[in-house]
Amino acid sequence: MAKLPVTEEALMAKFGPHLNVAPPGGWNAGLDIDKEVKTHCCFCGQQCGIVLKVKDNEIVGFEPWYEFPFNEGRLCPKGVKRYLQGSHPDRLLAPLERDESASDGFREVEWDAALDRVVSEIQRIQEEHGADSFAMLSGVSLTNEKSYLIGKFARLALGTANLDYNGRLCMASAGAAAKKALGVDRAPNPWSDIPLADIVFIAGANIAECAPITTSYIWRARDNGAKLIVADPRVTPLARTADVFLGLKIGTDSALMGTILHILIERDWLDHDFIEQHTTGFDAAAAAVREYTPQWGAEITDVPASRIEEAAELWGTSATGMLLHARGIEHHTKGVENVLSCINLGLATGKYGKPGCGVSTITGQGNGQGGREQGHKCDQLPGNRDITNPEHREYIASVWGVDESEIPGKGLSAQEIMNEIHAGNIKGLLSICFNPAVSLPDTKFTAEALDKLEFYSVIDFFMSESALHADIVLPGSLHEEDEGTVTSAEGRVIKINQAVSPPGKARKDWEILLDIAERLGKKSLFTYDNTEEIFNEMRIASHGGTADYTGITWQRVEDEMGMFWPAPEIGHPGTPRLFEGGKFFTDDGRARFIPVSYRPPAEVVDDEYPIWLTTGRVISQYLSGTQTRRIGPLVDQYPEPLCEIHPNLAAEYGISDGDQMTVTSRRGSMTLPASVVSTIRPDTLFIPYHWAGKKSANQLTQRALDPVSKIPEYKVSVVRIEKADGSVAVTDERDMELTDGSQA
Amino acid sequence: MTSALDDRPIFVIDQSRCIGCEACVHACGECGTHRGTSLIQLDYVDRGATVQTAPQVCMHCTEATCAEVCPADAIKIREDGIVQSSLKPRCIGCSNCVLACPFGVPKYVAEFDQMMKCDMCYDRSSVGLAPLCASVCPSDALWYGTRAEFEATRSGFLENRYRFGLQAITTAVFTVSDTPLGDLIDVMAESSDAPWQDDPFALDDASKERARCD
Repeated sequence: MAKLPVTEEALMAKFGPHLNVAPPGGWNAGLDIDKEVKTHCCFCGQQCGIVLKVKDNEIVGFEPWYEFPFNEGRLCPKGVKRYLQGSHPDRLLAPLERDESASDGFREVEWDAALDRVVSEIQRIQEEHGADSFAMLSGVSLTNEKSYLIGKFARLALGTANLDYNGRLCMASAGAAAKKALGVDRAPNPWSDIPLADIVFIAGANIAECAPITTSYIWRARDNGAKLIVADPRVTPLARTADVFLGLKIGTDSALMGTILHILIERDWLDHDFIEQHTTGFDAAAAAVREYTPQWGAEITDVPASRIEEAAELWGTSATGMLLHARGIEHHTKGVENVLSCINLGLATGKYGKPGCGVSTITGQGNGQGGREQGHKCDQLPGNRDITNPEHREYIASVWGVDESEIPGKGLSAQEIMNEIHAGNIKGLLSICFNPAVSLPDTKFTAEALDKLEFYSVIDFFMSESALHADIVLPGSLHEEDEGTVTSAEGRVIKINQAVSPPGKARKDWEILLDIAERLGKKSLFTYDNTEEIFNEMRIASHGGTADYTGITWQRVEDEMGMFWPAPEIGHPGTPRLFEGGKFFTDDGRARFIPVSYRPPAEVVDDEYPIWLTTGRVISQYLSGTQTRRIGPLVDQYPEPLCEIHPNLAAEYGISDGDQMTVTSRRGSMTLPASVVSTIRPDTLFIPYHWAGKKSANQLTQRALDPVSKIPEYKVSVVRIEKADGSVAVTDERDMELTDGSQA
Repeated sequence: MTSALDDRPIFVIDQSRCIGCEACVHACGECGTHRGTSLIQLDYVDRGATVQTAPQVCMHCTEATCAEVCPADAIKIREDGIVQSSLKPRCIGCSNCVLACPFGVPKYVAEFDQMMKCDMCYDRSSVGLAPLCASVCPSDALWYGTRAEFEATRSGFLENRYRFGLQAITTAVFTVSDTPLGDLIDVMAESSDAPWQDDPFALDDASKERARCD
């Protein structure tokens, strides 16, 4: 019974999103504070250091943390305004139970009643339909300790194989490719390597809006004389300044990289010694691109051959270079192949394991790196171990004090779990910090699936659009209400410090899980008094794995402002740069060239759907928007999705800037204002995906998955468009407010 | 500026590095002297054509036009050259300064019936801290430090002389050019001259095999 209990309007009136526009007490309350807490931004994988100012157990402002080495005080707008997620009118303060007779669809219940209900439903569903009929979905906004705990909780307390996480929608392709080719899933370099690069190659990464602080590293490289190549279907704010811009057709990334590899081989811009001493498989990879001439590449990618050759020459002839990629090449049915095609460029030119050299993903989510190591992926155990590997299972079973047979096998990935819910095979779901109603592709399908659940419980701090479908909502903790560690995009393990305690009856996430485990009769396996105890068990569990945290201690993380894994023994200095001396994490220590042949995306344009659509982010919003759609100044900056469309295409359909337009795919249709800009390819539309319901870009996207990483193809859909009635003013409302006195 | 002042921090705007993120706009509204009201302008130059944006803080002119035209003598200049926001008891809200400033910086804020503008985060810069906007800027388009630090870590030349019609202006805030420009600053002319800029998607590239739609 997971249909919305009352109308969406009634739910929104009660639970929001409402906007928090000012700190507690208002702007004039002053900054009289009790304490300052050094911690990190709750949003993206950059994990910028920030100082939160606290008064009366509320966060009232921030101060730049100038000493933290990654960002030295820098913040993006989300970081500046992050503190406004605290003391928020939408904050969940007590457990809620679905109640169709209540005007707002839910009634407050006591914790005992809520937890008893959750546990009785878990037990009922598992008794009737088997252990795996109850699934869990986790999030990588959570700390390492919570990620580890959830992996153990799902396997041993719930006893289900079906646990996965929303990193599946983010870094899964990059992680799978890196493990395959390099034997380890971590950014190969600390970001301090970027300024040492002679060439910086950005592929499918809107760095200015999605990893803003990285912009400063790229400018430092350019101050040192580096050149910049950007491959993107849009002229993004950083692409605007590029020396070489490769405005490729969406879905053709591996063709572009394959062509560059072809040119590197043709012109002999190769590091033969490196290839011979530190890699295997070069000949097969070379054979795969034998026909990928610049002319062929130009035809497939729609980028002039001369520009591809220029990029190849810059990459091939520079002594040092960094290739940075993100969701732009990873959110594809061939996301893993796209990443492998980039790795091949690094291996071919020996750009690994040296200062200023590396091919790296830019991890997107807050704990996107750490969250994919600690074992809450469907195929993984802690230390980035493989759940199907008997030795790995034995070791983790020994750490957990259980028999190996008690650990379930490999489960389904996030989208596959939703598919099985839709098919009626998974009947119950517990989710934490995951908003599939907005973030999964094909939102109509997701809503239908959530409606079919017999029981759905959500742990979160705001009522996400998914939580509206829940039977029991448990109020968990915000980032600043608990302490723990996360691992940033660089592979730097850092400390999140608690600034305030959870308000009302809200509780820390891990305490909630411990209570559920106890009610499920598994208390003896979950006896932690604090998060440091979970961390210390996690270190033991990670020992001997690739993501080895053994030598990383609570105190050192704090004292040294972060440590890079692996640190396989106590006293180890940590490993900022991987692969030094050409030593990779594979069995034979050599990196693998993996042949990549270009293949088209799952959907291609045709007469019925003649236009390409791609999706992504804007600077002022974050992922499914559960937090950022509740922060007033960020909403004001970009209030609703706009459809970017090139003036040539807009003219064909009589669409002007601000006109409403309807975009239709095989999955659904949405109407939104046009933003007519010549900074996007004329055959492609762009819609940001942070909104819910009728404003959700994922109404249009498809559930096609990469066969290896199981990441959905968010970056390529095909659509048709038409002009709709009405238009919006294209002015910035804030300019008006300042001078007419209506500012809050 | 004389060499004796070279160890004093300077404020630098490099518009070419701006990514339009508005971190500065939001941070400005957190400044202790005018919390809740942001006084930075950040605008797209021409969004239809380019993602180029330009942040505008007060340039803190040596001979400040805003102060010169103020009939109420409400705009004071500090010894270190910082042109302050209007003094509340004196400002009559006439908006002379708003109309006169060549950079379009001062704003008449109706809520307070007063002209307000950037005062270089007086609460911070007076105690040796960087202004909030330059502290947070993710791309160092807004930057605060000494001239020596700038020259040691960054490329480009500092410029602070402008001509607006017949009016020549020298400012305490610097901008950056690729080559020394003389006394005329033209922000748009500074944008990169990479050859792709005129035609990002090579729509007019005859050599390109065009295979739209499949």
